[in-house]
Amino acid sequence: MVEFALPKNSRIRTGKTWPKPEGAKNVRKFLIYRWTPDDGQNPRVDTYFVDMDTCGPMVLDALIKIKNEIDPTLTFRRSCREGICGSCAMNIDGGNHLACIYGLDEIKGDVKIYPLPHMDVVRDLVPDLTHFYAQHASIMPWLETKTNAPAKEWRQSIEDRKKLDGLYECVMCASCSASCPSYWWNSERYLGPAALLHAYRWIIDSRDEATGERLDDLEDPFKLYRCHTIMNCAQTCPKGLNPAKAIAEIKKKMVQRTI
Amino acid sequence: MADVNQGNRPLSPHLQAYRLPLNAKLSILHRITGVAMGFSGVLIVWYFLALATGPEYFETASAVLTSWFGDIVFFLSICALWLHFANGVRHLIWDTGSHFGQKTVNRSALIGIGFAVVMVIVTIIVG
Repeated sequence: MVEFALPKNSRIRTGKTWPKPEGAKNVRKFLIYRWTPDDGQNPRVDTYFVDMDTCGPMVLDALIKIKNEIDPTLTFRRSCREGICGSCAMNIDGGNHLACIYGLDEIKGDVKIYPLPHMDVVRDLVPDLTHFYAQHASIMPWLETKTNAPAKEWRQSIEDRKKLDGLYECVMCASCSASCPSYWWNSERYLGPAALLHAYRWIIDSRDEATGERLDDLEDPFKLYRCHTIMNCAQTCPKGLNPAKAIAEIKKKMVQRTI
Repeated sequence: MADVNQGNRPLSPHLQAYRLPLNAKLSILHRITGVAMGFSGVLIVWYFLALATGPEYFETASAVLTSWFGDIVFFLSICALWLHFANGVRHLIWDTGSHFGQKTVNRSALIGIGFAVVMVIVTIIVG
């Protein structure tokens, strides 16, 4: 459902301004979304000041510095710090990015950080991705075969393998789905760019033998066809992938098999 | 996990936090112009209905549609028509699975807007 305004319990109030680091000359302002289930209050945006002379170059470096030196209660997911685990996806400066590979020098002015958009917030910058993962599971993200398994491995030509480039690199960070207005309004029924990119990754895999069933499953006014080529997904993908194109290819496959 | 206090989980900000890229703005404009043209289409039908009804009623309709109000409505309709047309062509191209690259998308957006502006001017000069 399209709802432009946030629900009552989600409206943001002004938060706390934390003290500036003493003796620092090169200070940058960070505005960060905060919410905890413990105090029964609405979310707020806290203001932090970080000494950039002693801070690493990435947004994640600043978040870790804040957690270590200013406010240990600040909560966010992070793990690999090199853009491969997909944990630290968040809304930074109006777009969805992985905090670990998004440079502070790419942002003009104050750094505004929110959780991934239109998600239930577990705490601070941690969104609840249960539904997102369930949608991924629903597209059967594995090799489906009917013929007997070969003695060794399922072989694939170099050309067929090349078709998976630009698809297999997805790290399921949810940046794309959380950037998509169609997914915001219809996430209960629309699968969203991430799950559909994965669906396409298995549809065009030369070794997969369930292409028909996969397409049958997606032949639905909502699951697939809520994509209106808004293309926020491709614009925001931290790995430079293009879910919008993958979705268009699925739509093409739907047409091709009926004519 | 049953004993964990989940609280009344808020919805994270979406339109409030997301800066919509050019193509997203064009996408919502495509829808708005489509709906708006539906309404101006009704006005044109009304114009023809008035024509079929008789000279007096036609006078009234004509007066409304050639007034400053009518001028504004039709100017906006011309803008909406050409923008919707240009965007519609882009959608047709995307349906073939091509022109999806980020740079290509931004370039076709600018070409579409430019085309619409030129066509609005041509339409006004010719009309």
